[in-house]
Amino acid sequence: MTDHLLKILFGRLSLESFPVHEPILLGTFAVVVLLGLGIVGAVTKYRLWGWLWREWFTSVDHKKIGIMYMILGIIMLLRGFADAVMMRLQQAIAFGGSEGYLNAHHYDQIFTAHGTIMIFFVAIPLVVGLINYIMPLQIGARDVAFPYLNNLSFWLTVAGALLVMVSLFVGEFSRAGWLNYVPVANLQNSPDTGPDYYLWALQIAGVGTTLSAINMVTTIIKMRAPGMTMMKMPVFCWTALCSNVLAVAIFPILTAAFALLMLDRYVGTNFFTNDLGGNPMMYWNLVWIWGHPEVYVLVLPVFGIFSEITSTFSGKRLFGYSSMVYATVVITILSFLVWLHHFFTMGSGASVNSFFGIATMVISIPTGAKIFNWLFTMYRGQIRFELPMMWVVAFLLTFTVGGMTGVLLAVPPADFVLHNSLFLVAHFHNVIIGGVVFGLFAGMTYWFPKAFGFRLDPFWGKVSFWGWVVGYWVAWTPIYIVGLMGTTRRVRHFDDPSLQPFFIVAMIGVLIIAIGIAAFLIQIAVSIRNREALRDTTGDPWHGRTLEWATSSPPPAYNFAFTPVIHDLDAWYDMKARGHEHPAGGWRPIHMPRNTGAGVILSGLALALGFAMVWYIWWLAAVSFAGMIVVIIGHSFNYDRDYHIPSEEVAATERARLAAVGA
Amino acid sequence: MSDGHSGAAPHASRKGYLIGFALSVVLTAVPFWLVMTGVLGSVQGTAAAIVALAFVQIMVHTLFFLHVNAKSEGGWVLLTLIFTAVIVAIVVSGSLWIMYHLNSNMMPMTDMQ
Repeated sequence: MTDHLLKILFGRLSLESFPVHEPILLGTFAVVVLLGLGIVGAVTKYRLWGWLWREWFTSVDHKKIGIMYMILGIIMLLRGFADAVMMRLQQAIAFGGSEGYLNAHHYDQIFTAHGTIMIFFVAIPLVVGLINYIMPLQIGARDVAFPYLNNLSFWLTVAGALLVMVSLFVGEFSRAGWLNYVPVANLQNSPDTGPDYYLWALQIAGVGTTLSAINMVTTIIKMRAPGMTMMKMPVFCWTALCSNVLAVAIFPILTAAFALLMLDRYVGTNFFTNDLGGNPMMYWNLVWIWGHPEVYVLVLPVFGIFSEITSTFSGKRLFGYSSMVYATVVITILSFLVWLHHFFTMGSGASVNSFFGIATMVISIPTGAKIFNWLFTMYRGQIRFELPMMWVVAFLLTFTVGGMTGVLLAVPPADFVLHNSLFLVAHFHNVIIGGVVFGLFAGMTYWFPKAFGFRLDPFWGKVSFWGWVVGYWVAWTPIYIVGLMGTTRRVRHFDDPSLQPFFIVAMIGVLIIAIGIAAFLIQIAVSIRNREALRDTTGDPWHGRTLEWATSSPPPAYNFAFTPVIHDLDAWYDMKARGHEHPAGGWRPIHMPRNTGAGVILSGLALALGFAMVWYIWWLAAVSFAGMIVVIIGHSFNYDRDYHIPSEEVAATERARLAAVGA
Repeated sequence: MSDGHSGAAPHASRKGYLIGFALSVVLTAVPFWLVMTGVLGSVQGTAAAIVALAFVQIMVHTLFFLHVNAKSEGGWVLLTLIFTAVIVAIVVSGSLWIMYHLNSNMMPMTDMQ
């Protein structure tokens, strides 16, 4: 009787679900709890809850949401990186007689969590965060097209991230690789909660990403300042547009694939099983139709960041603006024609493989055009080698190598040798670290003064830069080498002792990257402490060219007191060249969206729904789902959605700005 | 800044919605009827008929419920629809092509059981 009642109340959740026998997890849990209690205590002590709720959590200001995305991405980077260090340590010591310190069960969860977190909860939030903050400023808008939706998207992403984190301490995470591959993720092979945690976390976060992408596309198409035609848009906005168009097109495919796998796991359908007419390879096909364009969802905005920085720090207009735009559009379309190269070895035969191999190689042409555009922008420019520009150069060198190994892998016969080898793993880390991560650090350094009103400390920034760049090469060069020799990926233990030195060097490399990450955190702390010395009052510390630098740093809630009129590409450079005068009067009230807590509440309910479904707690699932419907309907009756910033307040803000500039 | 209705999309009339609703119901009922009675005789024929009806159903929804035409939102809606159609075509035809070749290269699964 009690057993039955417990099953109704807690589903399959029981005391055995808590990994009390895993010392590593217990230690982590203790640290997390202590840190969490410390933060909660500090926030309570300084009475910050109300302020956090009113000014941040419920905010619909694209700038604050952008900053919250960045914080989420950086926190999750630490988690994902901890997984990376654990894998490197295991592979450095697990040779011959030594089994290392991780059992297979735990190791498989770690590499799955590492990949999932790094793509879905680090790269996506950081890219989306930068787009959120910068893009509306660059097009002269006051906010995004759907401000409430923006808040909801962010919190849904947080709910997904939290569900992944919960799996660390309650139950377990998937062991089926970063895309939760069947047949490992099928119910008969993984009856535990792992794949369910994965599926629910990513479905919830995926809704957030899709909504955010719709929001950004609409903003760019509908809300550009007067005069800013498509071909006068900054390159970052173009890349953001293409990236988000891609995201809108591909995330439904991922959602559908995951939904089919959920049906397989929950109601016993056979879409991706090995028997009864199911086909596991259809799952691979569907997730990679999402997966390959996803690479470009991440890297295109980063190309935009590099374009802005190269142009600004070379003191020149970007070389080949229109070719850059067309290259971006061509990549957007081609990225839909290459997905099979992730499974050439599946057995589709020569004609299919040839098509997708050639299509893959063709992508290197527009990408190469971009590389040359950046080089020609630098050519004869007055280059200022400040930190963002250093990241650009490190990117150009590192990414080009990654691109070339990619073209090598695009040759089907070569791929048959290298498929699932560490060479492949080294290749995609080469392009993701050398491309996306370097670009994100470049972007964060470049736009930090815009968001906070002071620059980041250059010394610790350089330590972080060299840590990342040197660490990357030390960590991944040996992996390229052992991969080329045939070492496969996702392996916990090696028999051949001659490989061990390579993995020890890789371990040293990851420690150098750790220095880079630590230096980045120190850099932020030092910069906050020295913020008066690093203060920028002009709003334009780098002599920028695009419209975000026309505002104060940080920009006021309404961004622009008067919507600017655009005459040329590089609008702010053009305004400065024409002797732009800051407006000094004629203020008018500004119509703005009002904050709302609906996004936080909905995402909290979505988190409860996900958790309940993972553990088969049907009553909680039903209650939270019904709760979501009620909140959605209730929120649609909330007509108090906007307000006007009075003209006196605008006047006071703008006067303070003028005084700070010294005009 | 954004006044959502400036595009003056040709707004839906009750008549349009009712026609769309009636067509959707018919297009949903017919596949059920085809499957339950088996009038077409062959399984392949029935499947093909259902796919064809589903396609018409999509068109009905796009026209009567989403109000897609060449003029709404300055042509952006039509452009979006074309983009979507291209992507769906790539995804569907690509998947069929890949899985068909995979199947013909693989050993028949039924013989292994």
